[in-house]
Parts: sequence; structure tokens; C-alpha cells
Amino acid sequence: MKIALFGNPNTGKSSMFNLLTGLRQQVSNFPGVTIEKRSGTFKIGVQKHQLTDFPGTYSIYPHSLDEEIVSQVVTNPTHEDFPELAIVVVEASNLERNMLLFTQLYDLKIPLVLVLNMWDIAEKNGIKIDIPALESLFPGTPMITMNARIGLGKERLFAAISTSKRAQEVIPFYNGFFPSPINDKDAQKQEIQDRYEKLRAILPTIQGKKSSVKSTFSRKLDAILIHRFWGYFIFSAVLLIIFQFIFAFATFPMDWIEHLFITLSTWLSGALPDGVFNNLLTQGILPGIGGVLMFIPQIALLFFFIALLEESGYLSRVVFIMDRLMRPFGLNGKSIVPLMSSVACAIPGIMATRTISDWKERLITIIIAPLMSCSARIPVYTLLIALVIPKTYVFGFISLQGLVLFALYSLGLVAALLLALILKKFIRSKDKGFLIMEMPEYKKPRWSNIMISITEKIKVFVWDAGKVILAISIILWVLAAYGPSDSMSSKIRAVKETSLYKKSTEPQKETMIASAKLEGSFIGITGKYIEPIISPLGYDWKIGISLISSFAAREVFVGSLSTIYAVHDENERQENLQTHLKEARRSDGTPVYSLATGASLMVFYVFAMQCMATLAVVKKETKSWRWPLIQLVIMGIMAYVGALITYFILT
Amino acid sequence: MLKSLSEITLGEIVIVESITHPYLSNKLIEMGMQAGTELELLYKAPFGDPIAICMHGSLISLRLDEAKHIHVTSLPI
Repeated sequence: MKIALFGNPNTGKSSMFNLLTGLRQQVSNFPGVTIEKRSGTFKIGVQKHQLTDFPGTYSIYPHSLDEEIVSQVVTNPTHEDFPELAIVVVEASNLERNMLLFTQLYDLKIPLVLVLNMWDIAEKNGIKIDIPALESLFPGTPMITMNARIGLGKERLFAAISTSKRAQEVIPFYNGFFPSPINDKDAQKQEIQDRYEKLRAILPTIQGKKSSVKSTFSRKLDAILIHRFWGYFIFSAVLLIIFQFIFAFATFPMDWIEHLFITLSTWLSGALPDGVFNNLLTQGILPGIGGVLMFIPQIALLFFFIALLEESGYLSRVVFIMDRLMRPFGLNGKSIVPLMSSVACAIPGIMATRTISDWKERLITIIIAPLMSCSARIPVYTLLIALVIPKTYVFGFISLQGLVLFALYSLGLVAALLLALILKKFIRSKDKGFLIMEMPEYKKPRWSNIMISITEKIKVFVWDAGKVILAISIILWVLAAYGPSDSMSSKIRAVKETSLYKKSTEPQKETMIASAKLEGSFIGITGKYIEPIISPLGYDWKIGISLISSFAAREVFVGSLSTIYAVHDENERQENLQTHLKEARRSDGTPVYSLATGASLMVFYVFAMQCMATLAVVKKETKSWRWPLIQLVIMGIMAYVGALITYFILT
Repeated sequence: MLKSLSEITLGEIVIVESITHPYLSNKLIEMGMQAGTELELLYKAPFGDPIAICMHGSLISLRLDEAKHIHVTSLPI
């Protein structure tokens, strides 16, 4: 049976969905629209049911993009997602407001089950609901009490699903014309007011006098967490802890994964017969997969914290205190989570923008997110800083190198906000942003909800970003492994004739040949081809090659420089590469990596959109290639101009 | 005295007179706001905007831009 889940925001709908489907859930899209559809399956006995979670709404009439799907589906019985049965989740202690949506669905003649959720809180607040009396007002609709967060009442729900049978000839709750035309706001207003009036008339006989006491615990916490000083202070502390975890602790499992894949490819390349397949597998596919899986620890940790903040109710307070700060930039308080996620990786950051209901604010957030310096830039920054910034101290105690690193992060943030300001002027939108939002009471997080959320995010990342990173890695491998046949072999011959080669040890010889091959490959040729374009920035063709290969992922820059400069030293790769780079000379004898070139490269990496996986995710989230392409061009121009100016000033 | 919700002070309890927001008044009505609804201004965000009000026991956030279209009178004490 096709079952739908409806309810107001914050009624525990997601908990209910997780309770019923567990991990048997998937995220897709409603047909023809850009709205995320969470669906899953569950069984009652042997009977299998398909459950779809709809966005939380107060009525069937939409006020934001994602709410539109509700009215589209429920008013159209031929819609492929039109439910055979709907579970309406209401907050038992706030019956009046929650029943509005229920009466509308009731009048649409959809068979219903009403779940009075969070029954424990209602009982604690002394609310008594005469369920048989309420049922008699809506014949054919079973009504049950539940506490979905702790799984209480699941059997009652299953029984209700099996018994819900609505006769088609029932007296509608609302006597007027229904549903109101979707564009007639006045008719909708009248209808809603009439429904409320009727509810206010009947509910007092069903529930005892409603005591509307917000828990004093929540109020006390709010007094601190929304405080004009402590509010920001605590949020900063929370951010600090999160980033500490992401940067300090995620690196261990990341290193293990990286190491595992290096070991695996080394072993396989020895174990398998030599040939194209061996090289493709061990130099293209495996490093590609490793590059994807490497980011899982960070993404899991990050979404663990975000889910924790969301589950506990704190996240809506962060949105509340940050909204005014973000608004001048065309952003929303809700943009804060995506932007802070992007400091780890823009991919989950962009995925987290789904909570922003306003399209324009969401789009601006998506476009600026990759300008936040992500963790893939760290190896590049570290290498370049060590290379061109002297190890001196400002005022005797502030490390100049650290200062430069901080400046690079700040540059990304400032550029992101400036870009947001500009985009705000250019992006037109029919809805205006708003922040009418219910802030739920604080509650203990449910670990199962958090785990499901993390699993879902990782699944999306591995499949969506993974496909692209893998494909690009293979393409880059092909371009680096092959070239016009005479070009590659002549380069190899030339290397073999040098006196340095003849003196070298076997492993050194191998890397020198690899380097020569790369120079003669398609990528090497392209690097030389683009040299005139990048030489105003202070780059030579070798840097050009690294820039091109960075398009799979930024951190590839370091690896490909190592290959080009034929660095062969497994243990001290970074140190060794640095010496090689420092010794590199231009034809006129000046060092390649001067301060100007290094700084120009750093600025380039702050701005440039060198991450195919991010582009793919933006495409997925915005449902067209338009925005990722615009993003690529804008950031490309920023990178080029920024690097050009930097190089110009420093020479 | 009639004033807008954006003008009231912290802790003040007011009664809704009318909602005249061009496109969000229906949303507010759906959330249970109507003439006669009691609102209490519980919190202001650090720059005085947005604000959080208590309505029927729930905490609702509103930007001042939205609140100024909600006309209220003070509850006589």
C-alpha cells in the first residue's frame, strides 16, 4: 500500500519515518520537481508498505517551494504519489493548530490514521484528550497515541493502518467549497479561519482546558543560548569543538583509508600481470575510489554534529541568532550550517542547504560555499607556504607562516560574502525570504535518528560525488598515461641519455622515466599549451599540469608535482618535494617558486573551482548545469584575476 | 493602543488585532494566529532582529520585517 506521512513541522514526523522504515529508506525526487522525497518500506506481517515522508506543513496551501508538493499530490488523485492511506502526525499537546491540516486531508477523502504524538509531553502537561469523542467526529479514522521518539505505540499504529477504512460518503468537516483555488489567497484565508473557528468550538469538549506552559527548562536554556553575548560565545565554542574533531580526529581514519588504498594498489600492481588493465586499476581506479572514501570520516563526523545540534533543538537557536548577521548578504540564518560544513568539504555543505526553504537564499549559499577553504586545500597551502614564506615571527611571537594560512582562510570567507552581496543583486526570485519558524523545545537526541541521518549523507556522497571523482580520476589517468606515441618515447629516450639518469639508483630511474612520460603525455602537452595563458600569473607548464590534474580534487596538486619533479622518497615526500621545488629554476636562472609565484598560486587555490565532485553536487541540488557552470566561470575569473593581481603586485 | 509587533518590548504580552502581511498572513493564520491571539515577546536576537514570540505555547521566530505587519494592542494589566 502507498502510505504518506503528513504533519506540521516539529511533530516528530521524521522520528516516525525512521521508526517505521529504519535503514530501508532512500532519498530521491518527486517527479518533475526539485523537491527531495524520502521514501522507504516497512512490513506489517507479510504485507509490505511503501512510506513517503512529505515536507512538514501547517496546511495544504504552500508558502515555500518544498511545500508545493503537498498540495500538488493531495489534490490530484491521479498523481503517482497520491497515497492510498495517510498517517497524520500531530503534537498531542498542541491539538488545535495541528488539526487544521488533518481536517483538510479528511475532506479530501484520503483514508487517514491520526497519530497523537508526543503523548508523554501532553500527559506531563496535564492534557487529557477524549479520543473516542474525537473519533466519532471523524468516522472511519482510527486515532492512536504514540511516542515515536522512543518507539512507543508502533503496534497500535500497525493495527490502525489495517483498520482504517473510510467510506467515501462522509460529511465533510468544512462546508464551503474545498479545496480553495490555489491562487485565491482570500478564499484560502476564509477557509482556514472557518476551519479554525469550528475546531475552537469543538475541541474544548474533547480536551480539558489546555495549559500552555512551555517547559521552564527550555526557557532557562534559551535565556543563555540566545543571549546577546553568551549566545555567540557558546556558538563559537561549539564551532571550535566541531572543527577540532573534524581536523584533528578525522585525520587518523583518513590516513588509514589512504594507506589502505596505497597498500592495496601496490600489492595488486605486483600481483596482477603487467599491462593496461593493471595500470588502469592500480593508478586510475583504486586511487580514485580511495580519494572518495578518504572523505567519509570527515563527512560522518560533521553530520554527526549537525544531526546532534538539530535533534537537540539547538540548531534553530543558531539560525535565530545568526539570521540578522547573514541577511545583508542575501543569506539566511540557516546558511550558517552549510558554510561551516564547507570548511571541511563543500559537498556535504551544499547538501545541507536543503533546509533553507527560500530558493534565492539557498542558491546564493550553494554558490558561495566552495569559496570557504575546504580541507583538500590544506596540503596545497601547507606546501606553498613552506616553500615561499620565510619562517619568521611577527612581533617576535606570531608565526608569519601561520598568519598567511589564516589570511588564506579569511580571504576565502571575505570573497564568499562579497560574492553573496553581488549575487543578491542579480538573482531574481519570486518568493521573498522569511524566517517564520517554530523553535522546538530542547530534547535529548535520539541516537538512531542521528545514525540514520549520517548513513543517508554518506550514501549520497559516495554515490553522487563518488561517480564523478572516479570518472575524472580515470580520465586524468588516461590523459597522463598516454600521449602521442612519438612524443612520449622521445621524452623517455632523452631522459635515458642524461648523465644524471645513468648515475641514479633503480627507483630514481623509474621516477625519472615516469616524469618524462608525464611530460610527453596528453596532460603534459596541454600543460605546455596553456603556458602562455598562465605565464602572466607566474606559472610554468609544470604548474599548468598540476592545475589541470587538480580538477579531480585539489589535493592532487601535491601528488602531481611530486611526479613531475621526479621525487622518489616514500618517507619524506613533502620535505623532499620542497627541496626539489626550491631548486627549480627558470630559463633565466631565477627560481620558479618565487614569493610572487607562490602567493599567486595560493590565491588561485583559494578562489578556483577545482573540484568536479562539487560541481556535480551543485548540478544535482539545482537540477541543471546552469548554476555549476556559472559557478565555475565566476570562480575561475576570480582565481585568474586574483592571482594576476597578486603576481603583479609582488613583482 | 494599536502598534505593530515589531515595536513591543521584551516580556510584553499583547493581543493580535489584525494581520496585514502581503503574502505571509495566511501562513501566520495557519499557524494559529488570529485576531484575539495572545502573544508574548520572549526573546530578541542579539541585534534586536529576529524576535521570538510565544504563541499558544510554541516558540515562533519572526523577522522584524514580518512582525511589523502584525498589529497588536497591549494587554491591560
